[in-house]
Amino acid sequence: MNLQDYFSLVFSDYTLRTITLGTAILGAVTGMLGSFAVLRKQSLLGDAISHAALPGIALAFLITGAKDTNTLLLGALVSGLVGTFWIRGIVTKTHLKSDTALGLILSLFFGFGMLLLTFIQKQPNANQAGLDKYLFGQAATLVESDVWLMAIITGICLIVMLLFWKEFKLLLFDADYTKTLGFNTKFIDVLITTFIVLAIVLGLQTVGVVLMSAMLLAPAAAARQWTNSLGKMVFLAAIFGAFSGVFGTAISASQDNLSTGPVIVIVASVFVVISFIFSPGRGLLFRQIRFIKNRRDLEFQKTLAFMYHIAETHEDISHPHTIKILNNFQGFTRKTLQKLVDKNYVTLDGAMWSLTEEGFETAANLYNQNFKKHE
Amino acid sequence: MSNAQFEIQLIASLVAIACAIPGTFLVLRKMAMISDAISHSILPGLVVGFFITQDLNSPLLILLAALTGVITVILVERIQKTGLVKEDTAIGLVFPALFSIGVIMIAKNANDVHLDVDAVLLGELAFAPFDRLTIGGTDIGPKSLWVIGIILLTTIALLIAFFKELKVSTFDAGLSASLGFSPVVIHYGLMTMASITTVGAFDAVGAILVVALMIAPAACAYLLTTDLKKMLGLAIFFGVFGAISGYWVAHWLDASIAGSIATMLGVVFFLVYLFAPSKGLIAVMYREKRQRIEVLLLTFLLHLKNHSEVEERHVNHLNEHINWQKVKSKTVLDLALKNNMILINNKIVSLTEKGDEFTSQAIDYIITNEDAQIEDMKKHFFLFRG
Repeated sequence: MNLQDYFSLVFSDYTLRTITLGTAILGAVTGMLGSFAVLRKQSLLGDAISHAALPGIALAFLITGAKDTNTLLLGALVSGLVGTFWIRGIVTKTHLKSDTALGLILSLFFGFGMLLLTFIQKQPNANQAGLDKYLFGQAATLVESDVWLMAIITGICLIVMLLFWKEFKLLLFDADYTKTLGFNTKFIDVLITTFIVLAIVLGLQTVGVVLMSAMLLAPAAAARQWTNSLGKMVFLAAIFGAFSGVFGTAISASQDNLSTGPVIVIVASVFVVISFIFSPGRGLLFRQIRFIKNRRDLEFQKTLAFMYHIAETHEDISHPHTIKILNNFQGFTRKTLQKLVDKNYVTLDGAMWSLTEEGFETAANLYNQNFKKHE
Repeated sequence: MSNAQFEIQLIASLVAIACAIPGTFLVLRKMAMISDAISHSILPGLVVGFFITQDLNSPLLILLAALTGVITVILVERIQKTGLVKEDTAIGLVFPALFSIGVIMIAKNANDVHLDVDAVLLGELAFAPFDRLTIGGTDIGPKSLWVIGIILLTTIALLIAFFKELKVSTFDAGLSASLGFSPVVIHYGLMTMASITTVGAFDAVGAILVVALMIAPAACAYLLTTDLKKMLGLAIFFGVFGAISGYWVAHWLDASIAGSIATMLGVVFFLVYLFAPSKGLIAVMYREKRQRIEVLLLTFLLHLKNHSEVEERHVNHLNEHINWQKVKSKTVLDLALKNNMILINNKIVSLTEKGDEFTSQAIDYIITNEDAQIEDMKKHFFLFRG
């Protein structure tokens, strides 16, 4: 199947439609909530939570003995929350730093989850196969009810986010101010964190424990480059996330042997790279262009100023001088000289240059002008 | 205990020691999550190395994978330097992308590669003794024992040779630079060592559990001591303890050895987290409670000092004036009485000479903001803290 087949089949074929919808919704919700995680400097929390969710899945299976997705995800949610609050407990109550706390919870919970999974595999129970799909995720196992669950939770997230928009925004940018205004910061904080955990847990089935954190971060990090407004960023992140989901699914469906999760992550990473380079405000390309342009302007002005200081010592300002005396001056090139001529600041006569009236005026006011520009 | 069992425990212990040493420095340098990033992103390096060598234990493959680890660190730093995203986001962006590339490379060549993502992530220590190294027909022990043994020896040699430099650059990068040791060289040296250790350990314990072995013992040790040498020693002890006890738990439950090592480390960390003498949760909570009472006592004494009127010093009045509950005010009153700071006559509270002096000194310290000295002052007055 090639990409064209995919796009012609996506509306008619049940499996493809379900998976595409599922990954798109997942991308949107993780992008949305990921924006908060990125801005709160909790980027790696997603990684820790997704790993911490693994023992919850195994325990839920051990307790209920059923492989019902919702039960397993509930277990994942509980253990993800336990992990999150333990991380907070470590950071606030001991002198261990947040990176240590994250790494600890991530690896210890994951190890415990592995212990449980291998323990379950040895049980004489034919039902246990397939739990390890949560490690890397299998979008192919999505069914319509899963997509409905995702859609409903996304809807709830959206409603809560709109209801608490002002509080979320305040807490994000100035926690102390929020507190002084009388908001219950602890409650808002727990609310955001819970929704982040929820989004991560939702993605486990599709993308898996290991790669879930990228789903949270990449769309948000890409969106951050294009705007400085929180609303726009959340919206853009949702769009980027949804597109990563759709494109990732399309590419993995059109090739053999490609699991969806990693492809989605790669697509999302491509979005990030493009945003890093090409975003007009912050992107590396435009930053470099601005940098070069500024340097050229500076060189141009420096040359003009140098000429001005030479011309100053003569009574006649347009007294000709040889170009040679400029040669040792740093910042002088043939190009800057040509530019000066183009702007009619300097006239050339063979190997001699002389400052025009206009050039002299401009050079005299060079620094004043800069001053005005900055005002 | 059979020979194979002994070998497994030996390998696990060596891995634990080899991980604990760089882990300690990573934790102290607040770079613990870098180990997580490295452990994931070595995957593409492993795959490429495996295509070339077809042998999971070849030195070339280990070097290639370690190189990927160092590239990860450099990439993360490059992205941080652009200032486009915060540093933790940079880590979170780089390693899933590299890991995904590795997974896709394996998937596309699934037919002719005997390399399993599960195996890379989780490892299987139980099979380690069966992959033996033979030289000239004689069996000289399991391959992974040799691999990790060489890595451990290198680590220890480097640790001893550069201990001073590592110590200075970890705690004071500026001083280290001014003394002439480049913190950058030490930094990349440490990162290279961490990468090599991760690669060497992954096929024994798996990539993610390398993280557990690096961070958990060091974190436990950090809660118990503030001396670098003691911390290294304790981390090694916890690591080896986790490795050996984890092996027996796995033996008992018939489950993944790596998983149970991590679980045992988790149990150890939980216990240390709760019960560490001065930095554990219980000790911290106890200290916080005591400090709260001390602040209450001070507030109370200040109130007394500010008011000479009888009605302001009546026991019942205090309840409503400072807005304390009955129990709370009783605790504070009792504490003040036991410390001979106050006298109660006819339910009228007045400061004793000692209480008066204590309060004026305390207020001096508070005004001059010299918090450190207040502890000495408490000692000077033999403050009994309830």
